[in-house]
Amino acid sequence: MSAVIRARGLVKRFGDHRAVDGLDLEVPAGVCFGLLGPNGAGKSTTLRMLLGLSRPDAGDIRVLGHEVPREARAVRERIGVVPQLDALDPDFTVSENLIVFARYFGARALAARRDPSALLEFAGLAHKAHARINELSGGMKRRLTLARALVNDPEVLLLDEPTTGLDPQARHLIWERLRQLLARGKSILVTTHFMEEAERLCDRIAIVDHGRCIAIDSPAGLVATHIEPIVLEIMPGRAGELLPPIEPHAGERIERIGETLYLYTADPARAAALSALGDLRVLRRAANLEDVFLKLTGRDLRD
Amino acid sequence: MIDPARVLAVYRRNLLVWRKLAPASLVGNVAEPLITLLAFGYGLGAFLGEVDGVRYIVFLAAGAICMSTTMAASFEALYSAFSRMQVQRTWDSLMNAPVELDDILVAEWLWAASKATLSGVAIVVVAFALDVTRAPTLPAVFPVIVLTGLCFAAIGLVFNALARGYDFFTFYFTLCLTPMIFISGVYYPTSALPPWLETVASVLPLASAVSLVRPLVTGEWPADVVAPLALLVGWTLAAFALARWLTRRRFRHTL
Repeated sequence: MSAVIRARGLVKRFGDHRAVDGLDLEVPAGVCFGLLGPNGAGKSTTLRMLLGLSRPDAGDIRVLGHEVPREARAVRERIGVVPQLDALDPDFTVSENLIVFARYFGARALAARRDPSALLEFAGLAHKAHARINELSGGMKRRLTLARALVNDPEVLLLDEPTTGLDPQARHLIWERLRQLLARGKSILVTTHFMEEAERLCDRIAIVDHGRCIAIDSPAGLVATHIEPIVLEIMPGRAGELLPPIEPHAGERIERIGETLYLYTADPARAAALSALGDLRVLRRAANLEDVFLKLTGRDLRD
Repeated sequence: MIDPARVLAVYRRNLLVWRKLAPASLVGNVAEPLITLLAFGYGLGAFLGEVDGVRYIVFLAAGAICMSTTMAASFEALYSAFSRMQVQRTWDSLMNAPVELDDILVAEWLWAASKATLSGVAIVVVAFALDVTRAPTLPAVFPVIVLTGLCFAAIGLVFNALARGYDFFTFYFTLCLTPMIFISGVYYPTSALPPWLETVASVLPLASAVSLVRPLVTGEWPADVVAPLALLVGWTLAAFALARWLTRRRFRHTL
């Protein structure tokens, strides 16, 4: 399949800071592609450059065959955007929000402008068509923002942290709707720092840090390539006690965070061997995307 | 490139919000200049008698028309546009759709000028209804109101582009608009001013508007049309160009 989004060598500087620093990105048609990275990694800046809202200092972008930013308007006619902040119109009802937004797309969104009920149905907001925005819950607002991004029946959806701040129920509902859109043949590019979201939703994930893609693969591929398959979380048996010294064997890694040791290993018998060392609590689990993420981007706080 | 269809869509968005809030909005735009006209015109007019050869309320009507237009344009281009740009992030949403910053700015400019025109025309209608003036030249006031609205909407958008918060607008209203109203011949003839201040006033857009509207309200054609019109158009074009430059700069920083 051809790529719906292709970016090469993207650079964006803010003063001396390189927010995006030579980023390459290729989103194939029909997949959900995740940009996973810590705060300030350059995810949102990248999205804005793809939309033509921010001019790259270097690199070139093609979205749906259009050159960006030169043909940004043509691109934005064909894609849907769910921004980080909902920014719904508080003076309008739910359905007015959709109708008014559809007008900005001209002929492309004629159907939604005439009758937004199918979109309201999709967002589970048919019963709230005439409600005011401040009567909606956070999850409802998010779903309305998603419906608003669909007024032009876009081929590609860009979502910037679509479930940040939502409770689990609301989050699962958004994921379910996004999977429906994928089944209809839409392509999705989503930024997130929720591992669970990336793991459940995305076919491919690019881990972004300091403005570059540092790994691109399927979620399972990332785990298989970058991390030992078993993780042992080792804590003292009682609070306040110290852990005995534990040395990594060949092919193992150990990281310490506070009172907990993380032992990354391929040896299934390792957990039992550790128990012989004394009064320890050992939690054994399979390695996941979060382990990959923390290994590749480090454990330092990004504020 | 500005796309007229997108400009119209953004304009219609503002119109739809206004239609929901129209009664309160109209009261705000019209009541204050109306009260000024009636209180000062009849009240103070009783003491003053004639000013520049006409009853004071007739003299003041021209000033009230221009002031009402100016204030409405300024409020819309400052407080309301700022709410949409910064607080509600409406502009950001628009730019996720195929709408460019220039489309939005033109729509906001035309919208603020429209509301200003409505406010100015409302005072004309009241002045006509109360028989303050029924001059046959009165319809010619309309294009001057439109131009004054466009001018002060553009100036307002300059300050909108510079604002960090609503407080900033207080400076514009108290340090720019209020003094301008007092020296532009709204309440008394500019000939009452010291000569240097009269010179300053003569290049300001509000004085130009008043100098065109006043004779039209009293039933005469302005002695000089070209100079005040040129001044108003000049201020409008310069202010809009500056507003566009500043707004683009503002959005380059945040994006």
